[in-house]
Amino acid sequence: MIYCSNHDPPAPLFFLYSSQRNPATDLEQPKSNLIAMAMAIKLSLLLLFFLSSLIPTFSLFEDQVGFMDWHQRYIGKVKHAVFHTQKAGRKRVVVSTEENVIASLDLRRGEIFWRHVLGSNDVVDKIDIALGKYVITLSSEGSILRAWNLPDGQMVWESFLSGSKSSKALLTVPANLKVDLDSPIFVYGGACLYAISSIDGEILWKKDFTAEGIDVHQLLLPDGSDVVHAVGVTDLSQFDTYEINVRNGGLLKHASASFPGGISGEILPISSDKFVALDARSSILVLISMKEGQIDLQQTHVSDLIHGSSGNTVILPSKLSGIFSISTDTFIAFIKVTNEGKLDVMQKVDKMVVVSDALSLSEGEQAFALVQHGDSKIHLSVRLVHDMSSNHLKETVKMDHERGYVHKIFINNYVRTDRSHGFRALIVMEDHSLLLLQQGEIVWSRDDGLASVIAVTTSELPVEKLGVSVSKVERSLFEWLKGHMLKLKGTLMLATPDEVAAIQKIRLQSSEKSKMTRDHNGFRRLLIVLTRAGKLFALHTGDGRVVWSSLLQSLRKSDQCTDPTGLKLHQWQIPHHHALDNNPSVLVVGRCGLSLSASSAMSIVDAYTGKELHNMGPAHSTVQVISLPFSDSTEQQLHLLIDADKRAHLYPRTPEAAEIFQRESENVYWYSVEAEAGILRGYGVKSSCNLGVPNEYCFETRNLWSIVFPSESERIIATVTRKANEVVHTQAKVIADEDVMYKYVSKNILFVATVSPKASGPIGSATPDESLLVVHLVDTVTGRILHRMSHSGSQGPVHAVLSENWVVYHYFNLRAHKYEISVIEIYDQSRAENKDVLKLIVGKHNLTAPVSSYSRPEVTTRSQSYFFTHSVKAISVTSTAKGITSKHLLIGTIGDKVLALDKRFVDPRRSLNPTQAEKEEGLLPLTDALPIIPQSYITHAFKVEGLRGIETVPAKLESTTLVFAYGVDLFFTRLAPSRTYDSLTEDFNYALLLLTIVALVVAIFVTWVLSERKDLQDKWR
Amino acid sequence: MEKGKGAMGNRKWAVDFTDNSSTPSSRDIPDPPGFTRASHDQDDSTLSRQKKDAEANWKSQKAWEVAQAPFKNLLMMGFMMWMAGNTVHLFSIGITFSALWQPLSALQGVGKVFEPYRDNKVDLVGPKLLFVALNLGGMLLGVWKLNTLGLLPTHASDWVSSLSPAHEIEFSGGGIALH
Repeated sequence: MIYCSNHDPPAPLFFLYSSQRNPATDLEQPKSNLIAMAMAIKLSLLLLFFLSSLIPTFSLFEDQVGFMDWHQRYIGKVKHAVFHTQKAGRKRVVVSTEENVIASLDLRRGEIFWRHVLGSNDVVDKIDIALGKYVITLSSEGSILRAWNLPDGQMVWESFLSGSKSSKALLTVPANLKVDLDSPIFVYGGACLYAISSIDGEILWKKDFTAEGIDVHQLLLPDGSDVVHAVGVTDLSQFDTYEINVRNGGLLKHASASFPGGISGEILPISSDKFVALDARSSILVLISMKEGQIDLQQTHVSDLIHGSSGNTVILPSKLSGIFSISTDTFIAFIKVTNEGKLDVMQKVDKMVVVSDALSLSEGEQAFALVQHGDSKIHLSVRLVHDMSSNHLKETVKMDHERGYVHKIFINNYVRTDRSHGFRALIVMEDHSLLLLQQGEIVWSRDDGLASVIAVTTSELPVEKLGVSVSKVERSLFEWLKGHMLKLKGTLMLATPDEVAAIQKIRLQSSEKSKMTRDHNGFRRLLIVLTRAGKLFALHTGDGRVVWSSLLQSLRKSDQCTDPTGLKLHQWQIPHHHALDNNPSVLVVGRCGLSLSASSAMSIVDAYTGKELHNMGPAHSTVQVISLPFSDSTEQQLHLLIDADKRAHLYPRTPEAAEIFQRESENVYWYSVEAEAGILRGYGVKSSCNLGVPNEYCFETRNLWSIVFPSESERIIATVTRKANEVVHTQAKVIADEDVMYKYVSKNILFVATVSPKASGPIGSATPDESLLVVHLVDTVTGRILHRMSHSGSQGPVHAVLSENWVVYHYFNLRAHKYEISVIEIYDQSRAENKDVLKLIVGKHNLTAPVSSYSRPEVTTRSQSYFFTHSVKAISVTSTAKGITSKHLLIGTIGDKVLALDKRFVDPRRSLNPTQAEKEEGLLPLTDALPIIPQSYITHAFKVEGLRGIETVPAKLESTTLVFAYGVDLFFTRLAPSRTYDSLTEDFNYALLLLTIVALVVAIFVTWVLSERKDLQDKWR
Repeated sequence: MEKGKGAMGNRKWAVDFTDNSSTPSSRDIPDPPGFTRASHDQDDSTLSRQKKDAEANWKSQKAWEVAQAPFKNLLMMGFMMWMAGNTVHLFSIGITFSALWQPLSALQGVGKVFEPYRDNKVDLVGPKLLFVALNLGGMLLGVWKLNTLGLLPTHASDWVSSLSPAHEIEFSGGGIALH
């Protein structure tokens, strides 16, 4: 180890230490570690202690941004896209996504011009462009209407539409309707129709449809008229159309026609006076035509129209004027509606074809696009509505098969120089990626599946192979020296601006950090993420690039697996000792349906190549995946998958694994948290399953204990356990005056937070007297409640993190009207007597003997609460390789930033007036609120929009931890909670060091020669 | 010192010369009145004995002085340690280490320090013991300082602080059903 730091010259350090009384200078935890370290280690680590004595903030210099962190911005799966192609200026497309993002994308490169994340409870229903300069979004089931400035995304106005009951949300922005110099926007939401000024968002008029009981399906505004048509269904069996004056909302006409067969699905408009719908049994097509205020219904059996069709008929929502499309089990049919109301099947295409909306070209022509999936390519064809027979345009585009099928297509046209129409198509793929196709090529693509990460794990990179060619080394040595000479110049302020730019470039694009091999410090790794689309991505921690991506076959829609969802990602094989030739692999567990008892799908994926090694098709159901702390001879981790019938299934299914499990099974337990019922249950493994067929990999379990929370007073809102791979360095905590406390370090602690049922709603829904938050620490082996504490007048949401022997949780205090963070630390009282030095020296203690939860060790707890300004989205804690380095809490704040808070701020031993010894130990004086130091935001200037989780992974270097925060955006950085005390910093100037050594050697030589000469002269005198 | 020894050798040669001239007079010619030979002889021998005694005295005195020298050092060290305070930093560490090192190096060179005072007549055991004791005292002071700085493993915490947590026999996993 080299203890050095070129940031901190030793002189100021000395002064820092001479002013030891100042608590701010001796904040560091390692100090207490150090003082405690026995014998000579203590002395050798003193230097470390000097270096780690500064206030631990993560502030960076401006030029250090992007040096060890990266940030990627995504938008999610596109639901709707509106093209905006101004004649001049930048071409852009406005999209709304399933992550509730509205964004404006550059059509040339796919970059985000601007973006707004509306949050998970503000679902975007519709978007459109008004007046050519505003993006209009309707969200929250039609209750919030916002206008955003198109060029820069600034919000222009916002209207809250308070409907009386929930209904569909519809938005119509008339292209050229003028009412008193204003262009109204028509919104249907909450069973009311609104006309809203597009200039300032004011409600011009409102028409309530609650009394009519109509469920409006379409809002239409025929060109040139000033009447809004609201078409809907009443009681699922009666068509209603209302004609409403656009100026004042007055009802002009109402017509209705009942249809006894009932209606299913949507009413689709064909033209301004014709609609089509399906009956309740999906066997009859109903054509609704309005003539002079009368509704005329025309029924056609689907089977008459399309011979040999069998059920499952659905009208596709693509709006093509004059025609519509229906999809059946086997194909999609385009049906033309003649003026007389006759239905003609024009064409049948394959079921996998995706159809866009119609796009009106010049002279009333309309075109739409079809995409067909071929073998590793897709066929895009554009057809004119009035001439279905021939393709207006046909292109074939090569497509990576890892992107899956096309899910959606949006088209847009442009006028070429020869005045013909060109088309560009925006397609959304199965893996949620977004691509722009133009002239038979993919212009750009975005991996927006990464906006919906559901699980993260990491993998080591391959070990560097021997036999690197000499020339490569020489070149790199030369480059290395050159780089350092440049740096030296920069340090000595001799560099020209060009050179400064070059230095910065070298720093940011150092090939070192994006290499595909394992590094000594363990900074380079693969982050393996599972997205909601069922795609697995491997991201390089150095620069965040996608190393490989794989659309998992087991999580794709198929006949056996109709509704696949990914659930969990586990490390399956981690070769380090015996099986170094094998690549590491990960286990992906998914489910084929929405219910808990749906069968599960599993894949084992090679972490280096992304290849699916095994694909275990639909099997038993899975409600829980438990990674056991045992591995077989090929380093495959043993996993237990618990099914809905509480049976445990062992994986991998090898006799060796079964043998290992049989040996250990009496000490393997599992527990389930039934949040709805308010019950915790613990189970043990009993015997092999009795399913008729002998199955040695399936085990029956028996209920060992249950904790039933009274449903009238407690409801489970959060549970947290320790991370399975967390390493704890020591069981002792050294406190002031060299005293010692023994931590209760157990992996089997479960933190459970319950609130009174009344207080389980949002904040403010219950009075302080009604709400009670109770937290429990439960031993999951025996079901023993180790500690129980109640916070009266407090409520959730509770976010918590459990690590070592402490739990930190965040909740809302209704009495104080503030958020609070509390900490509980658990100590083992049964070990507290081990304080005799002589006994410890000769090793006469039981501190290292294996412990059993059944020995019921006495525990004591300490706790403390503090106010915290922010509401929180996620809490995590740093983790390091050996667990020696002090810990920081990583708090994902409501502003989508990640704040690092030193664990010592949440230490229950803090007191108002700490004694001298406590101060020296690094204990901070108690304050009622936790400080938020702006420099402690590890995301610095970035936001991780829609933050959902923070993962920490230890690097090999003890001081450093890797942090990956994910939400709509991804952010990765490296943290050293006690600074990098065990290595030189990245920008350490080796050239300067080398130069100094050379200069010293030269000086020694010169002075030696001089002194020899002087001696000689003296002798001659 | 060297010169003194040289003078003694010279005198031996001079004594021979005077003896030769005085021998006949001592046999044949009576001594002049007022001259007492015996007293002269006696005086000579007592003189040299006296000188030797003085030297031995002086040596033993010097030896005691040398033996007591670390005491001043001790006081000095004590003062420095008091100045350095009880917190671990460069200054206190430097002082403590010099407090430990100085007695150690002094003890290593006990023989050399007392070499000049070696004499058959001088008893150096006393001064040596004092010297060793004082140096040990200095070392103790250094050790004591080390302890006050908290750098000696004299507390339970020093022996258990890096004791890894005990192995747990049972394993339990699970949680809320996956959604």
